[in-house]
Amino acid sequence: MTLRRFIDQAVSPWMQGDGPNVDIVLSSRIRLARNLTEFAFPVMATESQAKKALDFIRERLEGAEYHSLGKFAWIDMDRLEPIEKRVLVEKHLISPYLVEESVHSAALINDAESVSIMVNEEDHLRIQCLFPGFQLNEALTLANGIDDWLEQKFTFAFDEQRGYLTSCPTNVGTGLRASVMIHLPALMITQRMNRIAPAINQFGLVIRGIYGEGSEALGNVFQISNQITLGKSEEDIVEDLRGVVMQLIQQENAARRDLMNFSRIQLEDRVFRSYGVLANSRIIPSKEAAKCLSDVRLGVDLGLIKGVTRNVLNELMVLTQPGFLQHYFKETLEPEERDVRRATLIRERLKKTGLDDPIE
Amino acid sequence: MECQECHLRPATLHFTKIVNGKKMEVHLCEQCAREKGEVMAGSNAFSIHNLLSGLLNFEEMAGHSDPFEEPSVLQCPKCGLTYSDFIKVGKFGCAECYRAFRDRLDPILRKVHAGNTVHTGKVPKRTGKGISIKRKIKELKEKLQRLVANEEFEEAAKVRDEIRALEKEGDVS
Ligand SMILES: [Zn+2]
Ligand SMILES: [Zn+2]
Repeated sequence: MTLRRFIDQAVSPWMQGDGPNVDIVLSSRIRLARNLTEFAFPVMATESQAKKALDFIRERLEGAEYHSLGKFAWIDMDRLEPIEKRVLVEKHLISPYLVEESVHSAALINDAESVSIMVNEEDHLRIQCLFPGFQLNEALTLANGIDDWLEQKFTFAFDEQRGYLTSCPTNVGTGLRASVMIHLPALMITQRMNRIAPAINQFGLVIRGIYGEGSEALGNVFQISNQITLGKSEEDIVEDLRGVVMQLIQQENAARRDLMNFSRIQLEDRVFRSYGVLANSRIIPSKEAAKCLSDVRLGVDLGLIKGVTRNVLNELMVLTQPGFLQHYFKETLEPEERDVRRATLIRERLKKTGLDDPIE
Repeated sequence: MECQECHLRPATLHFTKIVNGKKMEVHLCEQCAREKGEVMAGSNAFSIHNLLSGLLNFEEMAGHSDPFEEPSVLQCPKCGLTYSDFIKVGKFGCAECYRAFRDRLDPILRKVHAGNTVHTGKVPKRTGKGISIKRKIKELKEKLQRLVANEEFEEAAKVRDEIRALEKEGDVS
């Protein structure tokens, strides 16, 4: 059954693909929010109204196929265990909101897990397209195609002046949230990020750490997304984000070059120490794991560490989060026990790569 | 209220969920919620709520000048959401709310969207055909004015024909 695979595999098939600038930009995402005219928005709907909307959408989408993406699997949230939902959130296939706040909700997910359509989230439909690396335009094209396909089946709430009508005023207009997940270890090590983050906000973009609480960036991974959805075309929103991300890539590359040229031995020390921690520790909290994984990824990107693939690191990034870890070991774990299991899991995965001496 | 799981710590998370088709209230402490996988990292939504509450206070402070005026309740006729509840919750209840609260929305949207109040992006292909044509006509009329001002009459004639054709198409649909 497909559902099992969505939950059991840490790395989505789409993540294994290659993409431009994949050493810095982990993924690109486009999300479109859409509502149906005939139903109250999920936030305001009574339970029976929410059920009606869900059934209406189910009737038209369950088993539906979209071109090359193939069939979508329909997953009812009411039928999942809390831990299974958490796994889907950690894979970014559904939002925390869908799990915590929604009533009678569902998600449609394609085989590659590159597209998910959430039903009865804050809006009736939330289309999400994920691409590896820096491919915002490709993701927008796909999302637009899926949007057109859905519009043949549903009448969307749209107003000539306000655009696509959404439950939250922050999404009205295009309903578009474009974002990238970006790994910026060198900008963090060289402490240049403090200067850059406020500048990004001035472009109407939001930068936040992911995998962490609040705005803390666990593992130096950030999410950058547009804040404004009204008064700009979809193409302009994506282009403005693309421009800023391009500059960030250049800055990160410059910082990496500086580290290699002026602090090579310190950089190597940091990278190999972290490798040593991952390969040998018996207890490792998620924070430390994320930091070490970031260092090792940087080492791989710069060719200092050979034999470890980005895929293994991607997998560990997802697999070492609390929900996935507990699912993997098929039991609820106390935080202390999680740290032990996490360390075991990481050691095993790194050993599997057959790397005894990572230096040469 | 104590946490229903450990009965030790106070419950700080309250939400409803559906179990076997029945709505259930859940009250958990932070720690139990985390252990049960009910809470996820990174769910920090941009707080429009605070922004809107601020706006409401401002309106209340400005107040009604006439004390004898009946306080009319602005309410969406379709879903029943009142304007003051909209401000409190920060969410619209249905598509009709946008029409019901139309006169009050501009300042809110301007604040959230860097001064913008009008959509300029995508239009639905099937149901928005008329809107697309209207937009195109508006664009062409502006172009026509520029051409006439520059005395490029040959090109202007072409654009004028284009506008006429589009206007016909718009009438049909
Ligand atoms: Zn508790
Ligand atoms: Zn309404």
